Amino acid sequence: MPRVHVTRNLWRFFPALAEGPFDLQAASAKEMVAALDARFPGLAGYLVDDAGALRQHVNLFIDDEAVLDRKTLGDTLSAGSTVHVMQALSGG
Amino acid sequence: MATLLLLGTRKATLILKREGAGFLPVRTAHLGAGVPYACQDPRSGTLWACLDHGHWGAKLQRSKNGGETWEEVAPPKYPEGEKRGDGEPAALRYLWFLAPGLPSQPQRLYAGTDPGGLFVSDDGGETWALNRGLWDHPSRPKQWFGGGRDQPGIHSVILDSRNPNRILVGISCAGVFESTDGGTSWAPRNRGCRADFLPDPAAEVGQDPHYVAACAAQPDVLWQQNHCGIYRSADGAQNWTKISQPDAPADFGFAIAADAQDPNTAWVVPAIKDETRVAVAGALCVSRTTDGGKTWQALRKGLPQAHAYDVTFRHALDVRGDLVAFGTTTGNVYFSADRGDSWACLGNNFPPVYSVRFAEG
Repeated sequence: MPRVHVTRNLWRFFPALAEGPFDLQAASAKEMVAALDARFPGLAGYLVDDAGALRQHVNLFIDDEAVLDRKTLGDTLSAGSTVHVMQALSGG
Repeated sequence: MATLLLLGTRKATLILKREGAGFLPVRTAHLGAGVPYACQDPRSGTLWACLDHGHWGAKLQRSKNGGETWEEVAPPKYPEGEKRGDGEPAALRYLWFLAPGLPSQPQRLYAGTDPGGLFVSDDGGETWALNRGLWDHPSRPKQWFGGGRDQPGIHSVILDSRNPNRILVGISCAGVFESTDGGTSWAPRNRGCRADFLPDPAAEVGQDPHYVAACAAQPDVLWQQNHCGIYRSADGAQNWTKISQPDAPADFGFAIAADAQDPNTAWVVPAIKDETRVAVAGALCVSRTTDGGKTWQALRKGLPQAHAYDVTFRHALDVRGDLVAFGTTTGNVYFSADRGDSWACLGNNFPPVYSVRFAEG
């Protein structure tokens, strides 16, 4: 199963994320977000908007490469994939 | 007598408590998050905060213990497949305004959002439904547009204590819309308004009311600080009359507050219009009318009269009885206990202020 690491910046809102990384059953980035939300209800709303697009200041890396499809999260995952959910370098 | 002052700011929700002649900060919540609007539901005492996380989107929180602890509730969500006017998928971008319902509908709340959806909850904010009548209004796709924000947004919701089926909203940019059947159907109510940024300034849809307020005791008296001046209606928004007096100054601005009892009294915080957007002549003032907008009086006692660049956003002015308070883009908050005749500074180093609301606690 893909292994998912979630940025520390989200632990403030979902303290149980500190127990990660998490091995989640998912064949795509979209399924990975759904699997995260099933485990941490409400978390998907922090990562994607109402239409399912990745939020502008959230980055998703699969095996150290940024996902290509930020609108529908169609990038595929394999059993050995490592996923990082990151906060973009923005703020202020 | 209000005992709390709630500030929604660029960096936190701040709660100030009445202390002596002013208010002192006692609590800070949501540190780091933008807070477009914070208010109290007078029916239950619950505090609400609309959040705008830079990274994580728009969220909604409430506190049932005066701000000691907060809980997150699911924010309004645009239904799958809905489109904005530009054809892009509609998704919640900003929670701009929250309005508790009438006492006769104790679980009802209204949320005004960008990109233009009005959401209604009938279970105290647990779940939200998009108001279809307004969202499906035929004017929305081509005649609503961004003003203040990149997409259309709803920033004012006015309820009529005499008739729960009557709802007015203010939309930038579209104008004032009214429903008299509980939100099933809507009609624009902008007669008399002039949008000098449109090819047809008298267009029925496309006006920019920055904020709309009503006299609680006489709900047919409405006031709006519009992008193009100040307007008043004495017939429930059927007709608007321009009541600006640029030299007062009273013309451009964002916020307007109506006296709850006297239908002839209102307050604005003037600024220089359009691309400049600073205090008029570098001198901060609040202008007040007590004759229905025939004349305006600039109230300056206690406010900085040189090198002031403050602008007061649309939700950052409030009145409760004789108490008036406002906050500014440069993090200053001012308070008056005598209807604006004199002012005291409550702090100069707050984050930019988005909303100011009195509360009980």
